[in-house]
Amino acid sequence: MSVSIQVENVSKQFTLQYHRTLKQMAVASIRRLALSEQFLAVNDVSFTVEQGESVGLMGLNGSGKSTLLKLINGVMRPDEGSIRTRGRIAGLIATGAGFHPQLTGRENLFLNGAILGMSEAETKRKFDAIVDFADIGKFMDTPVSHYSSGMYARLGFSIAIHVDADIFLADEVLAVGDRPFKKKCMAKMQEIRQQGTTIFYVSHATASVRAMCDRVLVLESGRLNYDSKVVDAGSVEGGIHYLQYDDADKDDEDTDEELGADI
Amino acid sequence: MTAADKAPAGESAAEARRRKNAARKARRMARNQAEAMPVVEADGPRQERVVDAELVAPAPRGGLIEVFQQPYLLKLIVSRQLAQMYAASLLGLAWSYVQPAMRFGVYYFVMGFILSLHKGTPYFALHLFTGMVAVHYFGETWAGGTRSIWQNKALVKKMRMPREIFPVASTVVAAYHTLPQILVLVIFCLICGWHLTWTAVAAGVLGVLILVAFAMAMGLFFSALNVFYRDFQNIVSTIMQFMHFLVPMMYPFTLVWAAHETHPWLYNIYVANPVTQGVLLLQRFFWYPLIEDTEGLGQHFPPDMWQRGLITLAVCLVLLWLAQRFFSRVENKFPERL
Repeated sequence: MSVSIQVENVSKQFTLQYHRTLKQMAVASIRRLALSEQFLAVNDVSFTVEQGESVGLMGLNGSGKSTLLKLINGVMRPDEGSIRTRGRIAGLIATGAGFHPQLTGRENLFLNGAILGMSEAETKRKFDAIVDFADIGKFMDTPVSHYSSGMYARLGFSIAIHVDADIFLADEVLAVGDRPFKKKCMAKMQEIRQQGTTIFYVSHATASVRAMCDRVLVLESGRLNYDSKVVDAGSVEGGIHYLQYDDADKDDEDTDEELGADI
Repeated sequence: MTAADKAPAGESAAEARRRKNAARKARRMARNQAEAMPVVEADGPRQERVVDAELVAPAPRGGLIEVFQQPYLLKLIVSRQLAQMYAASLLGLAWSYVQPAMRFGVYYFVMGFILSLHKGTPYFALHLFTGMVAVHYFGETWAGGTRSIWQNKALVKKMRMPREIFPVASTVVAAYHTLPQILVLVIFCLICGWHLTWTAVAAGVLGVLILVAFAMAMGLFFSALNVFYRDFQNIVSTIMQFMHFLVPMMYPFTLVWAAHETHPWLYNIYVANPVTQGVLLLQRFFWYPLIEDTEGLGQHFPPDMWQRGLITLAVCLVLLWLAQRFFSRVENKFPERL
């Protein structure tokens, strides 16, 4: 098997800018407030994924999952370390595809396909399959700004999955879909998984991660704190346990108490 | 009372508590979601996929070169930009001709008749129109390029592509709008008796090259700046207001030349402007060959026009390279700043 994704000591820093106009900046500097703050979204992460592996990426909100996917996808470059990938990458990042709101679904389909590396002929060949899968009917010729969030996700997912990519990234995209569509998507993802596509799947749904993934990575505050390949020789169960997603309800009561106390 | 009473005071304790709470919330959400995603088990054997490609960085630093390697994508982005410009507009594409036509009318009337600048200049209308075409092309490329990244933020944030493609697309869009104007210009030149020489053609080519290189460099540079501070798109449109008066189109170059001895500095700044160079060279191509009596014309071009033109082209290419360097340096920050 060949290496599909190689991530070496990758860090990504964000600058949080508090003040945008000159006036606000002047006021802030007189009051000695910080003008900006550095924030490490991904902190020294290293791992290697073989071609055909299906990796579940888990972690709490804000732990750097989407940033890591953006780095792998190439939307951002790491500040430190290096990422290398093999083959065509498709996928959906941070709930929803990069659509242009003023263009119709059809135009966006062609544009998205071109960005993902499909030629005009290839897009035309796959056009019917994509439209059938998305199943949004007459809305193909409506600007996507009029789409419901479900329709948006349907079209985005349908394009990404039909690209015939070597690496597929799925980032909580299906959260807005209805149940039959989710099921269809999961079946399709299993299909490309069997074809040997490398999959990166972000989800909090333990049952579906269990069924979909061979390996679990857990991010905590930007650090890769758990890699099931290293710890449990590839068991998915360990990662779910690590996050305590399978804990009993024992801490629910005192959570409510504490929340109550906070109010 | 609050939870702070129970816990020891201090930032780290509060931080830890917040994290613990977040973890609990996420766990509860995960439990709720655990069955939310339908489970589809895999069936059938796993195939091995052989990927015939090298292990490379997912975001190569191809820059402008990568843009021109993907003509199909560039074509789609250009048509997207055109469609967006004329979305929900009745006159559509006609607007990009109505506006220059009106401006031409005003300038011709005010400068020509009221200030009688057309008296010393034969074919004053073509003299003016040549300049307007050049300035229009430059202005549209620059202003459109400056806004391009910001306007396409939905794509820039989520999809990987060479981002230089947006300023480059503005160059193409501007050319698309300018071509019919050039056609009009050529037709009128032919009617007035255009006798082209090789010198004129060389001037035309040099002028176009200077304008394209300079406009693209400025578009690329300002598109990156505009991501960080939106003030730049206003700065650009303000400068473009002046630009109409800073090039010799509504007045002949002879007036500028007349001042070169008394105000050598101002003169040098004036002719150093690459847009001025472009306008002069294009006038050499379109307007100058129409004139029969070139003796009585006076100093209508700088005496060192050719040397200046070649040097300006070289400078513009260096500027383009620098703009590309700057763009590649800062583009990494685009997704978080948009």
